[in-house]
Amino acid sequence: MLKLQGVSKVFKVGTFGGRTATAVDEVSFEIGRGEVVSLIGESGSGKSTIGKMVLRLIPATAGSITFDGADITKLNRREYYRKVQGVFQDPFSSYNPIFKADRIFSMIKEVYFPGESAQAWREKVAAALQDVRLDPAAVLNKFPHQLSGGQLQRLLIARALLLDIGFLVADEITSMLDASTRIDVLNLLADLKQRGLGVLFITHDLALGNYISERTVVLYQGRIVEYGPTEKVFEAPEHAYTRKLLASVPQLHRKWEGV
Amino acid sequence: MTLSVQDLRVYYRTLRGEVKALDGVSFELADGEILGLAGESGCGKTTLGKSLIRMDGRMKHVGGRVELDGEELPIGDTVKMNPFRFTEVSIIPQYSMSAMNPTRKIGRMVRELLDSRGVTVDTEELHRRLDLVELDRDVLKRYPMELSGGMKQRMVMVISTLLNPSLLIADEITSALDVSTQKAVVTTLKGFRDLGFVKSMIFITHDISLTNQLADTIMVMYAGKLAEKAPSDAVVNRPRHPYTQLLISSLPEVGVRYADKKLTGIPGNPPSLLDPPVGCRFQDRCPLAFDKCREEPPVVEVEKDHYVACWKA
Ligand SMILES: Nc1ncnc2c1ncn2[C@@H]1O[C@H](COP(=O)(O)OP(=O)(O)OP(=O)(O)O)[C@@H](O)[C@H]1O
Ligand SMILES: Nc1ncnc2c1ncn2[C@@H]1O[C@H](COP(=O)(O)OP(=O)(O)O)[C@@H](O)[C@H]1O
Ligand code: SF4
Ligand SMILES: [Mg+2]
Ligand SMILES: [Mg+2]
Repeated sequence: MLKLQGVSKVFKVGTFGGRTATAVDEVSFEIGRGEVVSLIGESGSGKSTIGKMVLRLIPATAGSITFDGADITKLNRREYYRKVQGVFQDPFSSYNPIFKADRIFSMIKEVYFPGESAQAWREKVAAALQDVRLDPAAVLNKFPHQLSGGQLQRLLIARALLLDIGFLVADEITSMLDASTRIDVLNLLADLKQRGLGVLFITHDLALGNYISERTVVLYQGRIVEYGPTEKVFEAPEHAYTRKLLASVPQLHRKWEGV
Repeated sequence: MTLSVQDLRVYYRTLRGEVKALDGVSFELADGEILGLAGESGCGKTTLGKSLIRMDGRMKHVGGRVELDGEELPIGDTVKMNPFRFTEVSIIPQYSMSAMNPTRKIGRMVRELLDSRGVTVDTEELHRRLDLVELDRDVLKRYPMELSGGMKQRMVMVISTLLNPSLLIADEITSALDVSTQKAVVTTLKGFRDLGFVKSMIFITHDISLTNQLADTIMVMYAGKLAEKAPSDAVVNRPRHPYTQLLISSLPEVGVRYADKKLTGIPGNPPSLLDPPVGCRFQDRCPLAFDKCREEPPVVEVEKDHYVACWKA
């Protein structure tokens, strides 16, 4: 469904943009329908930059990104965002704090479904909230600061679902959440995947990637160092960098070496 | 003993009433001990940390007392607390990395901070500590913006421990960092304790797997109260409070996969602290709740050093 081929991103840096920095370097991978692919790497490795290119928030410097065979830069933006949406790390900053949750949804209606009747729309919102297991009474009519991080993150996923999306970019969506809420959000993604959603799951925590993804891409300084079925990457990591990342995951029943 | 906290109560004043964020918490911290403070968002971890060093204008010390090295801390009095801050108790606050003054070079910031405490910078010692955390001495000539998240975090750690406080409080200092940087930060903190830069430490995080890498003792809070406190190993392997048990079983460990073993969260939400339920605050979500839970369970030492507040423990 989504395919990256030789995608690079070079940023201009320095006061007058005199120098360049390569954030993403010839990256290629594919994500199919109903598949979750984890994109793993440490801070600055280029994960979010890839997510932003897929979401057309920034252009790629080289290479191509296609969605169902079509070059995404050639697609009508509105049509594209009906199918592809993103959710990010800090749910609080993705939201305008002065809007109530209802407003977030009605904005989607105004832009994408202006012709839909109020009744049909209410049902659609109710169904999307049901999908993310939120009680409408508990969230609608609330300001973002009155909701928990997990509720807010699920609300943002519900918003994306309203658009009948086929693909979701999830960038560190659980790192601000508590353990108990985090697992709810992960399970939600896994349920949606079983209904055909494709997900690019960006994280630095391999345990989370392993929990829900079929395939894993490990990124180091903008380059792919390892790419394959998740079990294989976890059980027999080929690259020293992957092994180091794996060893750094804090695990409940195993103490870090050398600490 | 470094720290002794007895029946501490700290509430927030709000337009809708008092938020009972810390409602009768007691514990002790020995010399050299690292206490990991865990629990869901909003359970009062930050409130506890702040109460021990600097209350903000909306916080009210409602009851209880705190002793540090045998001396009572005047926690309710911002002015009287001044001589203790930084020298006796120091904090690395949540979001401290983004709170560094962006217009000051780091070296100048350190100097101003120490000046305000009437201390002059021991440059040699500062350099020694920068070396220790593997920060180039040049960072002192740079602006906070020029440092990566991990570098900033190490800088804040150096600054807050420069005067060798008795107690260091670190509040969610690793949540925004990637796993390799988290490990480096935890290693550094442990090093600071081992080298005697700080006598004891409260390490706050909602991530129990991470806490267990560092802490000698783990204290789990729920809705403004202590739920369980025990040596880390006991909390992780033999938790006795239903809340701790559920919290631990919701952790995705390396190797666990959705397809093989679906983990579950804790249904429901914590109660409002404006008007918390009478009795055990976990009763609405607890699978073991029974009639008795409408009365408040006392904190009981169920085995040596293992404290639990639950009628069924
Ligand atoms: N707008 C920009 N201008 C210049 N450099 C940038 C820009 N955005 C990102 N970079 C650089 O590109 C590299 C990759 O950044 P990116 O945000 O993709 O990392 P990441 O893997 O998402 O990291 P994290 O885990 O911290 O979110 C970094 O070196 C970063 O400093
Ligand atoms: N400034 C404030 N005014 C009113 N209530 C507050 C304030 N800060 C925190 N609270 C409330 O106090 C409780 C504990 O918060 P906090 O100590 O920040 O929790 P934690 O650090 O465990 O996430 C929560 O119910 C929170 O909403
Ligand atoms: S006291 Fe009752 S409600 Fe509270 S944790 Fe124990 S069994 Fe559950
Ligand atoms: Mg990122
Ligand atoms: Mg906090």
